Amino acid sequence: MAPLGSAALICALITAVYATAAAIVGARTGRPALVVSARRAILCVAGLTTLCVVLLEVAYARSDFSLALVARNSSTDTPTFYKLTAMWSSQPGSLLLWAFLLSLYSSLALHATRRKLREIVPWATATLGVITAFFLSLMVFFASPFEAVAHPAAEGAGLSPLLRNPAMMIHPPMLYTGYVGFAIPFAFAVGALISRRTGAEWIHATRRYTLLAWMFLGCGIMLGALWSYSELGWGGYWAWDPVENASLMPWLVGTAFLHSGMVQERRGMLRVWNASLVMGAFILSLVGTFLVRSGILQSIHAFGASTLGIPFVLFIAAMTLGSVALVVARRDSLRSTHRLDSLLSREAVFLLNNLVLVGLCFVIFWGTFFPLISELATGTKASVGPPWFNRYTVPLALVLVLLTAVGPMLAWRRTTAARLGRVLRWPLIAAAGAVAILVAATPAASSATSLIMFAGVALVLAAVTRELVHGARARRSATGEALPLAAVRLVGRNRRRYGGYLVHAGMALLFLGIAASSAFVNQHDVRLKPGQTKRIGGSTVTYRKSVVRVFDDPSGTGAALSFATVLDVRRGGKHMVFRPAHNLYPSADPAAGKFSRFFDGENTSEVALRWGLRRDVWTAVQPDLTILQRPVAMADAKFGKSDAQTQATIIRALAQMYEARGPAATFRVIVFPFVAWIWLGGALLLLGALIALRRPPTAKRERARTPAPVRRELARQPA
Amino acid sequence: MELLLALTALLCLVTLAVTAPLSRPAAAAAEADDRRAELEAAKDAKYREIRDARLDFRLGKVSAADHEATERELQSQALAILDELDDLR
Amino acid sequence: MTRAVDPARRRRIRLVAALSAALLLAGALAYTTFTAASDAVTPSQLVASASPGRTYQLTGKVAAHSVHRQGDALRFVVHDRSGRGPGVLVFYRGTVPDPFREGREVILSGHMSNGTFVGTKDSLITKCPSKFTTNTPSGRTT
Repeated sequence: MAPLGSAALICALITAVYATAAAIVGARTGRPALVVSARRAILCVAGLTTLCVVLLEVAYARSDFSLALVARNSSTDTPTFYKLTAMWSSQPGSLLLWAFLLSLYSSLALHATRRKLREIVPWATATLGVITAFFLSLMVFFASPFEAVAHPAAEGAGLSPLLRNPAMMIHPPMLYTGYVGFAIPFAFAVGALISRRTGAEWIHATRRYTLLAWMFLGCGIMLGALWSYSELGWGGYWAWDPVENASLMPWLVGTAFLHSGMVQERRGMLRVWNASLVMGAFILSLVGTFLVRSGILQSIHAFGASTLGIPFVLFIAAMTLGSVALVVARRDSLRSTHRLDSLLSREAVFLLNNLVLVGLCFVIFWGTFFPLISELATGTKASVGPPWFNRYTVPLALVLVLLTAVGPMLAWRRTTAARLGRVLRWPLIAAAGAVAILVAATPAASSATSLIMFAGVALVLAAVTRELVHGARARRSATGEALPLAAVRLVGRNRRRYGGYLVHAGMALLFLGIAASSAFVNQHDVRLKPGQTKRIGGSTVTYRKSVVRVFDDPSGTGAALSFATVLDVRRGGKHMVFRPAHNLYPSADPAAGKFSRFFDGENTSEVALRWGLRRDVWTAVQPDLTILQRPVAMADAKFGKSDAQTQATIIRALAQMYEARGPAATFRVIVFPFVAWIWLGGALLLLGALIALRRPPTAKRERARTPAPVRRELARQPA
Repeated sequence: MELLLALTALLCLVTLAVTAPLSRPAAAAAEADDRRAELEAAKDAKYREIRDARLDFRLGKVSAADHEATERELQSQALAILDELDDLR
Repeated sequence: MTRAVDPARRRRIRLVAALSAALLLAGALAYTTFTAASDAVTPSQLVASASPGRTYQLTGKVAAHSVHRQGDALRFVVHDRSGRGPGVLVFYRGTVPDPFREGREVILSGHMSNGTFVGTKDSLITKCPSKFTTNTPSGRTT
């Protein structure tokens, strides 16, 4: 098993190097056969990495502890789902996932472009070969997933309980698919620059891959936020943690590129900008991948220092320098063919949108890497916290929302101010009305920034509605269809546009959720004894009782001890019952005492949450376990050597003692208004992206017709 | 030992797959096919642009004069692509 | 004549305006970060040179057998990551993250007061145990 896997990795590395060399030679000597050979080689790499993934998954499924990776991250009693998804929760496994996804994506992209862009594709192939070879070499020389253990143990270490959550397991593959996806437009941009084919063809050919990558990255970020919110005991979805920021930065740049790419396709402008943007997006993806495993920044996610830091930094530096050098060397072929005609045009708004997005990325970058910057400047590592991030990102986000509303209202080239006013009339009235209602009926006016944000959100939603209704009406007057059918057909025939509008609507709802749940959050910590009631800001909470479950984890994560509580919350006439718990997992440390190891291992909070469209009520508990410290120490001393049966009885006795004594526990109760709209907005965003991805139906229909005069008539079809 | 055996076997397979295209004679007709595919893609994109411009006009974002100018320009660009496609036959 | 110059001049003015705005923003950014940031210190650095009342970000490892709870407050001792050197007594009120325990690395902000580091509420972060280490015999493990 292990030798086959290692052999496959080495073979893949050799093949990737060959692909790079063959593509470059093929490009320079003009031999298409070599380019085809290079493409085949990438396909072989994809096959080999697939083989590695299969081998590793089989090893996990069979609990084959002769592989060091399986021994460290799995155990015989880990549920199967977590066994199979544990592959990427380790350094070598995640590298393999990267290489696997990259080779797969590359094969797809190169296959799809095998008959087009003849001058760009060889260089794109070479670039993809280099990146793949880098990740493969990391595995071959530094961190092999197939490292064998000389004397396999009978049991593995098991998966960290913090990761035993479905969202957490899908989060890395989603993120990686996003990061890897940006490699495709990057490679084609490099190819376009080297071969001086700097028109919009490379953008057009890779647009779907960019959109797909952007979509997956967005999903990955959402899932991470959702996990933090529903699983961690601090009560929140975003902490401006370096690793969170590292995934957001390439996403922001990717969003900017999706917009400015359109400008280059239509008007031939922003060529230098687009090339730089897409290179920046990919390099930021590499930085994101690197940050998680480097330990250079203090983060809750920084999983300690590893020996891979230096190769990564060198690779990122080489990519950055190479990209900059390439853009500078080709700046002649990157001159725009057109200029900005008017500030009231879609191009201008897209440019502004790009500036805001890149500005956001820069702010986040600065704040995230500030410890290193300050160390260079002043010698001490200083860091900035969430308040600083919020101070700068909130105004930029406000501008972004306003641009999102106005952008689609403008046409390409030029729209007069009068025309814009006419188009914006109903959306503005609707937004003003919404603000008036909010000020009158809710406490929204207490936060000026939130009010502006709500106005912007209303404007976006009204503008999107206007586009849909007006467009359907126009179609109805041309084709006589009923309004609903006209709307459906309209969206079907203009998928890019209306998919994009749906994404905008999703973003607006997302911002609504974020603004409402941050500005109007109601958070209280309260310490209660069982039976005690207290009043905290609008709610009355009662700690009804505590139940300790031994070896019987209701959440299915295999916790040995679960300190469950029942909490009554009464709010404005409603009576809700919550069951937050605190789970303890035994430590695997052989030096720990027989009983204290149950209390010294990992522990997690089981958050009790009630969803709602208007508000979420979130509760978590932190029980006070100090009364058990002395009894546990005594049990260690007296019953340390007893058999498993006696130990189980003692544990149960300790649990019963805790229940009987009923010590206090600290509860955190948070009311988040409108937080569910973040997830709903995210889902809408995803739907919009999916719609925009699908091919428009007319392409197929039009390709079927042959005679030229008929095709000329097709240009006169209704929208 | 097993590693070397496996490695040799895999390398042989890969070499077979990768050198196969090198022995085939280059197809010259493929070049013309590629050009046609590129033109078809450009044509589809241009049609989409025309449709988008019409939709923008119907939604009231451009004046009639501006729209006519844009439509004329896009139509002539589309006809140029169609002419080139016809020439390829 | 004037009409041919105007568009080019307009563009140049726009470019200069945009660049100046960007520079101003960057300058504001840099200024506020340097003034708003709190220094990251290790316990040995804190013991050696701490200004009372100044906010620091303390990072280090929780010493064994030093964790005591008093009601909803927490007391513990933090050493340098290496385990050697002076320890700093910490008094903290607020959320305690799930992974917190002896031997783990923590980060929290606060200030020195009468020889005790008083932590800012809810600022305690515990680093998750190392996942991404390369446990080769010659490699380092954290």
